[in-house]
Formats: sequence, structure tokens, C-alpha cells
Amino acid sequence: MGKNRRDFIKISALGAAGLVAGTRYLMAQNQIVIPENPKGPWRMPHDLVRTPTYCEVCFWKCAGWTYKNDAGQIQKIIGNDDDPNSNGRFCPRGTGGVGMYYDEDRLQTPRIRVTGDDGKQTFKKATWDEAFDFIQKKLEKVIEEHGPECIALFTHGSGGTYFGNLLKSLGSQNITAPSYAQCRGPREVGFIATFGEGLSSPEPTDIRDSKCMVLIGSHIGENMHNGHVQEMSDAIDKGATIITVDPRFSTAASKSKYWLPIKPSTDLALLMAWIHVLIYEERYDKKYVEQYTFGFEQLKEHVKHMTPEWAYGITTIKPQVIRETAREMSYASPATIVHPGRHVTWYGDDTQRLRAVAILNALLGSWGRRGGFYIPDKAKVPGVPHPPYPKPRRTWRDAMGGKYELADLALANGVCDATIPSATMDCSIKAWIVNGTNLIETLPNRPNTMEAINALDLMVVVDTMPMEITGYADVVLPECTYLERYDSLRVTQHREPTISLRMPAMKPKYDSKPAWWMAKNLAERLGKGEYFPFDSIEEELDYQLKKVGSSLDEMQRIGVKKLPRAYDDLYYKDGEEIEFNTNTGKIELYSTSLEEYGFDPMPKYTAHPEPPAGYYRLIYGRAPMHTFSRTANNPNLTDLMDENTVWVNPKVAKEWGLKNGQEVYLQNQDNVISTFPIKVRVTERIRWDSVYMVHGFGHANKKLSRAFGRGASDSELITNVMMDPIMGGTGMRGNFITFRFNKA
Amino acid sequence: MRYAMAVDTKKCVGCSDCVVACQTENNVPIGYCRDWIVEVTDGTYPQLELEHRSERCNHCENSPCVRCCPTGASHYSDGGTVMVTKNKCIGCGACIASCPYDARYTHPEGYVDKCTFCLHRVKKGQQPACVAVCPTKCMYFGDLDDPNSDVSRVIKKRKYKTLIPEAGTNPQLYFLI
Repeated sequence: MGKNRRDFIKISALGAAGLVAGTRYLMAQNQIVIPENPKGPWRMPHDLVRTPTYCEVCFWKCAGWTYKNDAGQIQKIIGNDDDPNSNGRFCPRGTGGVGMYYDEDRLQTPRIRVTGDDGKQTFKKATWDEAFDFIQKKLEKVIEEHGPECIALFTHGSGGTYFGNLLKSLGSQNITAPSYAQCRGPREVGFIATFGEGLSSPEPTDIRDSKCMVLIGSHIGENMHNGHVQEMSDAIDKGATIITVDPRFSTAASKSKYWLPIKPSTDLALLMAWIHVLIYEERYDKKYVEQYTFGFEQLKEHVKHMTPEWAYGITTIKPQVIRETAREMSYASPATIVHPGRHVTWYGDDTQRLRAVAILNALLGSWGRRGGFYIPDKAKVPGVPHPPYPKPRRTWRDAMGGKYELADLALANGVCDATIPSATMDCSIKAWIVNGTNLIETLPNRPNTMEAINALDLMVVVDTMPMEITGYADVVLPECTYLERYDSLRVTQHREPTISLRMPAMKPKYDSKPAWWMAKNLAERLGKGEYFPFDSIEEELDYQLKKVGSSLDEMQRIGVKKLPRAYDDLYYKDGEEIEFNTNTGKIELYSTSLEEYGFDPMPKYTAHPEPPAGYYRLIYGRAPMHTFSRTANNPNLTDLMDENTVWVNPKVAKEWGLKNGQEVYLQNQDNVISTFPIKVRVTERIRWDSVYMVHGFGHANKKLSRAFGRGASDSELITNVMMDPIMGGTGMRGNFITFRFNKA
Repeated sequence: MRYAMAVDTKKCVGCSDCVVACQTENNVPIGYCRDWIVEVTDGTYPQLELEHRSERCNHCENSPCVRCCPTGASHYSDGGTVMVTKNKCIGCGACIASCPYDARYTHPEGYVDKCTFCLHRVKKGQQPACVAVCPTKCMYFGDLDDPNSDVSRVIKKRKYKTLIPEAGTNPQLYFLI
């Protein structure tokens, strides 16, 4: 197959329709809007009509209300007071979610890639029938020639549920989200190895009642994990001690009693030294450790030499600061949280680092205790009955040669690798469905992603926006936004289990459709309609809701329903007998499962490569008003922040002669140069050996009119991936950049 | 009655939620704002301090904007709030020039616009949109004449500052420090 089979196509080249966007569509929309049932049961005492939703701008999925004005337009989105994820307060992205609906750059109609007589590839406008015909034929061919296991789904969004069901009905389990191996995966595996269970989302950290919270590279406040931001604020009000470990003076660091400006990549040494202090100063929770843990003596021996003095030489954090902070954790225990963070794929030994975090929490006795980690509960909502899914003959794991067996979810990079044909595999993946995730920006090592994409027989991209990934698709399906559709119920864990409903506030704009409808149609065409045993999603939702004592009608009025907890207590009772889901039935300070698989049973610090002279470690993170690259074109949110900057310490700036606001190109250790220049922000808030930038900018698709060429992409500079041998996470903090004043 | 607002800089994370909530509540066109975030960094690595402030019209007791308005469009309203009557405003910009806080802008429709403390909400017993949305609950609004209001209580308890007090405007936006 030719390398250029899949030329990048900008959606803008697709036909004249997209060109005059702006005001014309706003006007057109004024004409077609039908105010929906303004006298409905959810009519408010003022002039606005509200419908329940849960937010799709990030994974926190806060529940709220979409308010419309008298003209039938969406006016605002406000949190639902009964929602534990938001407590009635949306974050800037949720509040600015209206921009997802109004964005005039949205995908409008299905498109199919065609090659003209001149060999030029373009996207042709298609009807839904034409698009489905095309996909059906291609999928049938893949299934016939290679088997249904050669179809994979990448998803990061609610619509993915139904595409997942489609894949399962066909006989494929290659369903993956980059939020695992590119983000929180090592944390789940590290905690499962220790406590026998992971954290999931929202993490059950009892921040509200915490007296001491330790953040390691986790920038709550800049990552706008709504409930956690709120509870951290409550904890500040109550005078909680916050300890932040970060080479950057983050917002959280500025709210902290202790900021430890650590040398990047040495966090594990600090964690081990803290463990050392707790054990050798006998500041751990003795009763808890004795009753619940396994391997304390081995751990004690293991950390014997890992003194604060040892860690000082590695981390640059002074021994007395290490001791003092360990003591603070101990004073407040068990109401101490050593926060597990979320994006933890840094240096390839991430599972072990998160093991050290888990061990610290165990020593402090904070797991299952007030102010530490509460016991979450989640409602069980039965689905509409359908035949059992066929068992796949093989999965992406078969392509991994026995590696990463401890991964508890599919690896996006694993599925990507399993797509690239190799002599060791009898079959590679041939078709991708990509829903709501811009893999070009999401997966590290872009050349590898491109190689996989070029090897595909079919790529279907389902999105609301012309993200870069759409340019490589064979078929683009325009999904309507979350404000225009029903979705599966949100069923989240929290202190109290809740369910919440998303219903459309508006009719889908353009020719966009909800994902459930696309998946159901495709399933029917492929002879799998029996797995979607409902005519409309309303019917499915009503069935499910009635099974848990509610109904679609009730949920349309209340949006969020709290259900009773299956377990009475939020915390372990004093001295309660508990069987943990580990080999020993105890909290494993010494991990027998890691040992079984040939890994270190207790974490060890190893040094990671450091930037060569003239290079700086690339650290990336979040801004509170954006969710990755997903929001980079949102008119309301670009109004708050429309580009990223590269943070440079004044000492470094002086050396390079860099001025605030000056544009530079970034070049990494593999000589990859950023596509676009980025403005310099000279600031004391970053260490001299690192630079920092917010992830999600530097878009290369011109059709993203507000995002195109604004700032630079960190992703394209992440070509060195440090694989986690335990679970296949992609460590991305081992990339070093230098400055260039021009591109050539 | 004396409406005032206090913003806790120890809790504010500078997320700009107040800005976008105000825009969607009050139909502030994209590209304009009635409130905004200021971030101030002090010191040298690693001895640093950082302050986030959500700023807006200070609803001054001695407002230069009201004094200089030639048409009376800028005026004092309920609880001492400073308001602009749209159809009396000729867009001359005298108030914009006189405001030490740069709290006003010319709306694309030609009149001058600014924070109203969301009086339309306050009259219904609701909090201003920025206060109601803030994920850190760092803003307190209420009547300073009522000793039990949120704002009175927090000001009694905490150290605070106002911005540019030397301008003599007697601002009613307090920053808890």
C-alpha cells in the first residue's frame, strides 16, 4: 500500500458550504429553531427553559442544566445542585460548553474520501446512507478476510459506549481509550497491586475532610477536576496543610504550606525517603499496618538506606524539609491524602512510583479512612437484555508477545502497535473507528501512529469538530454535540451513588447525528440489530431507569438522582476485618503479584536521562479553561485562552536572549521542530532545567479557524517514549527541547 | 443597604469561570468581558508568591465615572451599585477614561457596559453569576449594612485589601489576603 494512500485532507477543501460559516449560519439557525415545549414540566419561574445534561467537555462529566432563552437559543449551562461531581458549580469549560454547540467550524455532513482522476484525494459530501454503505462494505470485507477481531475502537467520549457495543456484537474486544495508557493507567495498576483495587473516576479522595494533602506533579486548580478543586478549596478554608511537589510553581504550589521544587524525574527518590522517615521515626499507623498490611519488615529493610540525606543528592530537596513534610503527613494521619494524581505516565517506571504513593497512604492508614480515601459506591443499572456477545478469537494482547499482562484495560498504543503489520503477528488490525479522540495529538510518537494509520483498510472518524485525525479518515461522521443528544446514563461512583441524564436541549445542527444512532444503524446493516434491542434511545433509557426506580419522565425533570448506598459506611470501622483483593488478602506493601510477573516487589529509584547542555526537559500540563485539544477551537474558551506559551526561567531567557512574547520554534532531541512558533513566557515559576507548556495547542488543521497555528503542540515533540514494562504506559516526560529562532 | 463583594485570593485558582459565567449570563459578546483574572507573581525561584484575583467594577462609593458622565447614564442604583442606563449613554468614553480600574468597555452596539453585580439576579434572591459558579467558592457577595451577610462576616474575620485606595474612590470590592 502506497505511503500516501492517506493524504491529509482538510475538511475545508470539501466543498463550498463551509466557507461562509460565521454569521450566515447563526442567521440560518435563528430561522430553523423550534422552541421545544416551553410549557413543559421543567419550565422555570423565570424566562428560561432548562433541560438536564451532563457535561462532555471533560471526563468529569458534571451534571447540570442547559438553559434556553425566549428565542429558543442556548443561553447558559449551570450545574445541578444534586450532582456530587459539581455541586451545582460548573468549571469554566462546562460553563463555556455552549461554544461546542455554536462553533461554526463544526463538522456538518458525512464525508467519504475519494481519489479523483488526477490522483488527488478529497472528501466528498455524502448522505448517511452512502456513508453507512461504504463502512458496511469495508467492514464486511475486513470481517470476511481477517475476522472481526481486526476491527478496533478508540474512544474518549460518551458516544463510545454504543460503538463499543457494536464492536462487541461483531466479536472484537479491541476497545481502548487513551485515558488509560497515556494517562492514569499506571496509577490503577499500582493501586491494584497494593490495595487490590484501583481508583477509577472521580477518585475517592476525601479531600473535603483532609487535614494534609500531598500533591506530586498534580496541579489541581489548573487541572479543573471540578469536585476535587472544590474540596481543595474547602480544605484550605479549614486550614489543611498542603504539600506540593513540582518543578513548577503551580497554582496549587502557591496555595501550599510547603512547595518542594524538585528536580524533575526524581520523585520516586523523595517518596522512598518519606517512607523511610515514617518507618524509622515510627510515625506510621502501627495498628493499621499490623492489621491490614503484608510485607512491612521487607519494606523496612528495603528502605533502610533511602534516607533523606540520600534523597537530597538526587532530588535537591533538603533533608530537613523531607523530614518535616513526612512529619506533617504523620501528624494529620489518617486524614492525610498522598494524592495519586491522574496523568501519571512520565518516566516509564510510573507503576512503581504510584506503588510508592500507595504504600505511603497505607503506612499513614489513610485508605478507607475519613480525610484519606473514602469507600465509593456506584449504582448498578441493568441494560436492555440482548444475546451474549461472541467471544473474540484474539485481541490486541496477542500482538504484545506476553508483555503488559498487568494492564487491566486495553492500551491505545498497544492497539496502535497491533495495527502495524509485523512478521511475529499472524494478523494485524485493519479497521479503526475513532470516536471523540484526536489520536494525532493524543498518542505520543506521531510517526508510529501514522505508520499504523497508513496500514489500515478503513478508518472511520466520529467527531463534532474537524480535528486533525479527521484528515486521515476514509469516512468522517459528524456527531452532534452533547447539547443536542441523549446518551447513555452517567453512572458514577462517589460518596453517594448517582445516575444522571443527558437530554437534547436543541435539535442537532446541520446533518449531525448522535453516536448511538450511528452505531445502531451500522449494527443493523451488519446483521447485529439484536444487540440494540430498542427503537430509540429514549426507550432504552426509560427501560433502564424503571429498573432502578425512576423513569425517563422523572429524570427529565430532576436530571440527577441519588440512589441508596449498598454499603452503609464511607470508611472502615475501627478494627474491622477486611479482606483485600490481593494474593495475601492484605494491603501489599510487598507486592506478590508484581513479583510473580518478574517485577520488583517494592519500588526502587532509578536515575533517568537528563537534558544535554542547551536542552531543557519538556514538561506539559493543563490550563483550567481547556480540555486537551478538544476545546482549542471553542469560541467561548479561546476567548479566555487562545494559545499556549513556553514558560522559560529568567536565567535561561537571559542566556538565550529571549524576551517575553517573543516567538520561537522548539526542537527536540530527535531534531523534530515544532510546526508552529510559540511565544515565550519568561517566568520565575519554572525551574531552570525545564520548560513548561499547556497541552492541546498548535493545531495544524486550517479548518479549526480559531485554533490553527495558535501556539505549539507538545505532542509532536514527544518522540521519546519510556514504556512502563509493567502495564505498557507511555512515559512522556523524557523529551528535551532547545530553542530555534527560525524553522529552516 | 451597601452591596459589596469580597474575593478570597487564598482560594482563587484563576480559572476564569467567573468570566465565562458572566458572559453567558449577561450576553457579553465574545471578545469583551465585565470581569477578568489578574495573576501576580512575586519573588525569585524558589522563593515565590502568586496571587490570583477575580476583578470587576469596584462599585465605588465615590465613583469618578458617575461624576464625569455628561448624560447621567452612569448612576448609583440599589445598594450603591454603579449602573449604566443603556439608552442614555452616548458612548463618549469619559467614564472609561476616568475609571482607575479599567472596568468598563464600549459594547459593539455603542454603549458603555460593565459589571452590574448581577442586580437582576440579586433582586430574585440569587447570587451574582460569578459568585454562584465559582468552583472554589472564593467570592462573597452581600449587604455590608447587614452584619450577618456573607461579605460582612468574612470581612470581619479576615485581612483584606482594596485596589488603588489612593484614588480615593472608596471601592467596594475587597480582596482577602
